[in-house]
Amino acid sequence: MSRTSPTPTRPRDPRPGPLMEFVHRRRRGAELFLLILSLVVGIGAYAAVGLGVDGSVPADIYKYGGWLTALIVAAHLTIRWKAAYADPILLPIVAALNGLGLAMIHRIDLGMQAKKPDYQALASSQLIWMTLGVALFIGVLVLLRDHRRLQAFTYTSGLAALVLLLLPMVPGIGRNIRGARIWIHLGPLSFQPGEVAKVLLVIAFAGYLVLYRDALALAGRRVLFVDLPRGRDLGPILAMWLISLGILVFQNDLGSSLLFFGMFLVMLYVATERPGWLVIGGLMFIAGAYFGYLTTGHVKVRVEAWLDPFNPDNNGYQIVQGMFGMAWGGLTGRGLGLGSPQDTPIASSDFIIPALGEELGLTGVIAIILLYGLLVERALRTALICRDNFGKLVATGLGVVFALQVFVVIGGVTKLIPLTGLTTPFLSQGGSSLVANWVIIALLLRISDQARRPPPEFLEPGEDMDSTQVVSMR
Amino acid sequence: MSELTLVLIRFGYLAILWIFVLSAISVIRTDMFGARAAREASRAQERRAAKAAGKTRTKPVKARRGDPTSVVILEGGNSGETVSLAAAPLLIGRGNDAAIRLDDDYVSTRHARIASSGEQWYVEDLGSTNGTYVGNSRITQATAISLGTQIRIGKTILELRK
Repeated sequence: MSRTSPTPTRPRDPRPGPLMEFVHRRRRGAELFLLILSLVVGIGAYAAVGLGVDGSVPADIYKYGGWLTALIVAAHLTIRWKAAYADPILLPIVAALNGLGLAMIHRIDLGMQAKKPDYQALASSQLIWMTLGVALFIGVLVLLRDHRRLQAFTYTSGLAALVLLLLPMVPGIGRNIRGARIWIHLGPLSFQPGEVAKVLLVIAFAGYLVLYRDALALAGRRVLFVDLPRGRDLGPILAMWLISLGILVFQNDLGSSLLFFGMFLVMLYVATERPGWLVIGGLMFIAGAYFGYLTTGHVKVRVEAWLDPFNPDNNGYQIVQGMFGMAWGGLTGRGLGLGSPQDTPIASSDFIIPALGEELGLTGVIAIILLYGLLVERALRTALICRDNFGKLVATGLGVVFALQVFVVIGGVTKLIPLTGLTTPFLSQGGSSLVANWVIIALLLRISDQARRPPPEFLEPGEDMDSTQVVSMR
Repeated sequence: MSELTLVLIRFGYLAILWIFVLSAISVIRTDMFGARAAREASRAQERRAAKAAGKTRTKPVKARRGDPTSVVILEGGNSGETVSLAAAPLLIGRGNDAAIRLDDDYVSTRHARIASSGEQWYVEDLGSTNGTYVGNSRITQATAISLGTQIRIGKTILELRK
């Protein structure tokens, strides 16, 4: 009994716990390595385009490459400075996609200029938008120290999003371009406010659902293995459905309508864990889509072009050209600068994936889709490890925005679903979308920094065990 | 520009694209199974334990015959356990970081501490809910204990032994 045991009876457990004890590393070196590779992807594409079109490396490659490098280095240094624990893969993926997109837009510019000498090049303005995007990215990371502060702006951002969505309907500044009324023009500047509304809506939904998820999740009754919510809880989903329908009917924008409703539905499902919402939302979506098909000519045209694009009566020229391009590209593509993607109308925005498919082939397009997959995976991973519910929902929502956009666009151009006008994130030409997407990445990095940062050194004792009972003294 | 060069550029670029994708995936892989994660966690734990042990850490005194060498738990859920005093000061409590961890609902997470100053051993209450008793009195400051003095903590009784 009195023999001394060599060790304390309860040695400290050296194993880290399953998830809470897991300490993330900063991984900034890995990020830098991937960023260098992503610059090789972006600048290499620019050089290859020059070699393919003119047979020589473009003379301004130092200027272009230096500019791109400066932007990426600035973003990287900001992360080191302000968000040291942030996810190391998000920024390199975005840098690679953006560089590739810029090179492809430049390539389509060259092709168009060969056809029409007075064609206005889009790549340089896209580079300016990218600069603005990176500036906002840095601004968000520097000014927003904690994403939870955004929760205070739940209703403000919801209202701002509605105002932004209504702006294109205002007579003076709204503009109708290619059938969709989603643009505002202020002097020489044109802007798509829906892209900003996208970010604001995610914040508004997340703030709302954090507060009311219990009511939405717990009340209701069970019908045929599915928990259906109460009638009075249908308010928000009904409101969102009407807003989406309004965008479809009044602005003729099928893509945004689909994006907003889908995003809301997924966030509702994630917040409540109730598949009943997906059933209800799916039915409402089908009803809304059918209503849109019957009432707006816009949807009807798209569906007919999807079902029978080769019929000359249908408006399927763009889809057909895109598919011919992809078919000509085959498995390994024609080589950058050696295809003819400029033959597809508006190739540099909605149809940039067929253009890439033509010049990089299936091999290249699969790599791009994988990059998008990794981007969404990192967003959802951030949501999983995030410690607060608001951050979880915002990260999920932002990830779902990318996932839906990529699915809708790539599905549309490959004729899996009817074509709808949405931008391919970071690849497509389009300033508002690019800027908004850079802000989304900054928000995701901010949340992942909070989530991966090790918890404060000393957890309050007794947090994980029941409190000490008190001896009652008479 | 020869046909061959263009083919090389084409495949070279696809290779670069895929090298990027695969490197990103490998970074994700090492991020998931980071080897340093376990080490950092245990280092943090050690730092925590060192902090808990407090500032009264004194230089180990050469043990002499007749000095207490261990603490024995006489009563309570952990009765019969013996803990060496070599790692003194020892934290007694219900928390994970306690050197003498007691399975007793009436014990606070960080309840008391046994430490030595020179040859004398002391027990000190750390602001526990139910108090620490030496003999029959609840202690309010570090109290000297010697071989055989019974310390009561919750339902547990401890004693220094040779």
